[in-house]
Amino acid sequence: MNAFKDAGHLFRFAGLFVLAFIIFLVVRGYVVPKSFGQYGHYRGNAITDIAAHPAKFAGHEACETCHSDVADAKNKGKHAHVNCEACHGALAKHAEDPASVTPAKLDTAILCARCHTASAAKPKGFPQVNPADHSNGVPCETCHQPHNPAIADAGGAK
Amino acid sequence: MNGVEGFMYPNEIGLQWSVLIVLYPFITGLVAGAFILASLERVFHVEAVKPTYRLALLTALSFLIVAPLPLQLHLGHPERSPEMYFTPHSTSAMAMFGYVYLWYLMAVLVFEIWLDYRKDIVLLSQSSKGILRILYKLMSLGSSNISPRALHIDEKVGWIVTLIGIPSAFLLHGYVGFIFGSIKANPWWSSPLMPVVFIFSAMVSGIAGVMLIYMATTKLRRQKIDMRCVDTIAMYLFYIFIIDFSLEMLDLIHRIYEADESFRSLDFMVHTKLYIPHIVIQIVLGTATPLVLLFITLIVKFPEQIRKRIYVTSGCLAMMGIFAMRWNVVIGGQLFSKSFLGYTTYKMALVTREGSLVALGLAILPLFILWALIKLLPPWSSEKQAQPATGD
Amino acid sequence: MNLSRRHFLVLAPAAAIAWKAVLAGTPDQAANYKLSDHWWGMLIDVPKCIGCGNCVRACATENDVPDGYFRTWVERYHVNDENMTNPEVISPDGGKEGFPVAAEDAGKYFFVPKMCNHCADSPCTQVCPVGATFVSPDGVVLVDPKYCLGCAYCVQACPYGCRYIHPEKKTADKCTLCYHRITKGLTTACCENCPTGARQLVDLKNPKDPIHEFLKTHPVQVLKPQMATGAKAYYNGLDGSVR
Repeated sequence: MNAFKDAGHLFRFAGLFVLAFIIFLVVRGYVVPKSFGQYGHYRGNAITDIAAHPAKFAGHEACETCHSDVADAKNKGKHAHVNCEACHGALAKHAEDPASVTPAKLDTAILCARCHTASAAKPKGFPQVNPADHSNGVPCETCHQPHNPAIADAGGAK
Repeated sequence: MNGVEGFMYPNEIGLQWSVLIVLYPFITGLVAGAFILASLERVFHVEAVKPTYRLALLTALSFLIVAPLPLQLHLGHPERSPEMYFTPHSTSAMAMFGYVYLWYLMAVLVFEIWLDYRKDIVLLSQSSKGILRILYKLMSLGSSNISPRALHIDEKVGWIVTLIGIPSAFLLHGYVGFIFGSIKANPWWSSPLMPVVFIFSAMVSGIAGVMLIYMATTKLRRQKIDMRCVDTIAMYLFYIFIIDFSLEMLDLIHRIYEADESFRSLDFMVHTKLYIPHIVIQIVLGTATPLVLLFITLIVKFPEQIRKRIYVTSGCLAMMGIFAMRWNVVIGGQLFSKSFLGYTTYKMALVTREGSLVALGLAILPLFILWALIKLLPPWSSEKQAQPATGD
Repeated sequence: MNLSRRHFLVLAPAAAIAWKAVLAGTPDQAANYKLSDHWWGMLIDVPKCIGCGNCVRACATENDVPDGYFRTWVERYHVNDENMTNPEVISPDGGKEGFPVAAEDAGKYFFVPKMCNHCADSPCTQVCPVGATFVSPDGVVLVDPKYCLGCAYCVQACPYGCRYIHPEKKTADKCTLCYHRITKGLTTACCENCPTGARQLVDLKNPKDPIHEFLKTHPVQVLKPQMATGAKAYYNGLDGSVR
C-alpha cells in the first residue's frame, strides 16, 4: 500500500471530479423540464405550447356559418375559391364576437389591382388587365360585384 | 440594396455568425497547437524544446479560459447554455462542445499543469504569505507530499495525461472543423477535409504563437534566447505548415477540377469579395511568404540575429494567415447565397456586442491571463519573477 | 348583407361557442386530434401562382413575423433561352407587396413560393445542440422558443434559407405550418389566403385528402432533391432553373 500513500494527492484530485459529477446530476434532475424526451429529444410540452397560439384568421368555414348568402353567391362565380379573408383581412376576432369588430370597408382600387394588374410574369390564362386602360379610373365595383365578378349584362361569366 | 448583389434568399442577407465565431476556432486552435508543442517534449522526447514546455502549457490554459467567451457573447440566450450539459443532442457536433471543453480543461490541461507544478505549488504554499498562501494551499489540495516517489508517480501519470491529451487536443479543435465540414447545405464548408485542415492550421498557429511568446518573454526578462530551441520549433513549424498548405491546395484543386454547381459562384466570390482576405492575406502573405522564409532558413545557415528576425516575421505572418483562414471559412461561407445567384456584405460593427472592439479585446485578454499565470506559476527555475508578457 | 335579425341572434352565439372550442383546443387533449394520425406536407402548384403576395402578408399577420424576416416568401424567375442555368430572380421584400409589372419579352416568367419544407430527414434538427428544434410526431418541424439558445447553427444548416433569428426573441424562428391552426382543423394562413389555390395543405396520412390524390397522379418535385432532406413541400410544374 506504499504506492497508494504517495498517490494520495491523485485521489484528492479524482475526488473533486466525483463531487462535481454528483452535484451535476442533482442539478440536472431539477433543471431539465419534466416533459423533455416525451416524444423525442425535445420538450414535449413545446408541442402544446405552440398549438395553443390564438389564430388571427377565422377560416372561411367560420365566415360561412353566418354569411351563407354571400357564400352561395360566391360559389356560383369565378371567385368561388377565393376565401373571404383573402380580401377582408384577418377576422377571427369578428368571428368570435361579431359585434366587437366591424370589418373595414375595402378599397377595390388597391385590392383588385393586386391580383389583376396585367404583367408578362403572370400565367397567360389568368384574367388580367391594365387598370388605367381598362376602366379609365372608374372603380372596379361599378361593373364587377367582388363576390361574383361576372358582368351579368354581358350575358355570361367572363 | 444594402450590400446585396444578385439574388439572395431573403433570410440570408444578414450574416448569422460574426467575427466572434471567427475568433473562437482561432483561440481553440492556439490551445491545441500550443499543447502539441508541449507534447513534443513530454511524449516524443524532443529535448531541444524543453525551455518552452511550461510556457506552452500556460499559454494553452490562458487561451482555453477565454475560449467560451466569444460563444457566450454570440448566443441569443447565453443563460441557457447549460442546456448543452443537461440535454446535449447526440447528432449535433456543437453539442460536444461542453463536454469536450470541460474534459480538456480539467482532465488534461489543468491536471497536467498541476502534476508538473505540484512541487513548486507545495513549496510556494510554505514560503508565501497572506492570500497567496491560501491560494497555493488550495491548489495543493491539502497534500504536501513531494517525496521522490510521489513526484515519480506524478511524472508517470503526467506522461499518460499528455498522451491522452494529444487526441483530446485534436478533438477539441477538430470538432469545430466538423461543425463546418458536416453542413451539406453550405458547399464552401462541406468537406471531409475540413476537420483535418483545421487541426493542422491550429498546430501552425499554436506553434508559431508559443515561439513568439517564448522569444518575447525571454527578451523582456533580459535572458538569452535558446537558439537550439527556437531553431527546432521553427523546423517543426515548417513541416506542419507544409502539410497544412498541401491540404488546402488539395481542397482547392479538387474544387476547381470537379467544378460542381457551386463552383462558379464560389470562384467569383474568391476573386472579388474574398480577394484580399483569401488570396493576399491568407495565401500570399500568410502561407507562401513564411514558408519560403522558413525554407531558406533551413538551407542557408544565417547568423543568429537574422534567424531571430526571420522567425519573428514568419511567426507573425503565419498567425495572421491562420486567422485569415478562419475568417475566410466562417465569413466567406456566409457571403454567398445558397441559390448561387448572389452575394451579400459583412458589416462588422465597432462597438456592439459582436463588434470588432470586442473581438480585439477577447484576442488580447489571454495575454493578460498569461501574465497572471506566469506570476502565479513561474515557468522558469530562476528566482527572478517574469516581466509582463506582451506577445507580438 | 341580408342576414335577418332573427338569424343573427341564433347564429352568432352558436358560431361564437363553436369558435371558442376551436380556439381552446390543444392537440393531445382534443378529442379529434391524435398526433400519430397525421403526417403534414404542402403542395405548391407553380403554374397557378400569380405573385400577388397574399400568402406572405397573411403569414406575417397570422404569426407576427417581424419586418425584413420571412417565414414564407415568393420568388419571381425570368428564364431566357441563354440563361437556363443562370436565371434572373427577384424577391422584393419577399414578394410581400407583389411584384413590379414585367415587360413582355422572349423569356418565360413564373413565380415560386418558398417556405420551410418540413423535411422528414431534417438537417436543421440534426444540428441543434440542445434539442430546441425538432420534427413533431405529425411531421412538422418546430422550434421551442423557451429552449432555443439562439446559436444559429440550424439557420446555417438549412439548405433552403427558410430560418432566421427573431430580432426580439433572439431565438430561431421559421414557418410552423401554422401548427396552431392545422391541429384545430383549419388550414394554414397562406393556403387560406391564396386566391388561386397555388398553395394547398396536405395530410399525407389521410387517404381521403384530395391533395394526397393529386400527388399520386401528377409529377411533382422537391427543392434540392440531391440533399436528400426528405422535404415535404411538393412542387407541381417546377422548372429546372429553380434554386
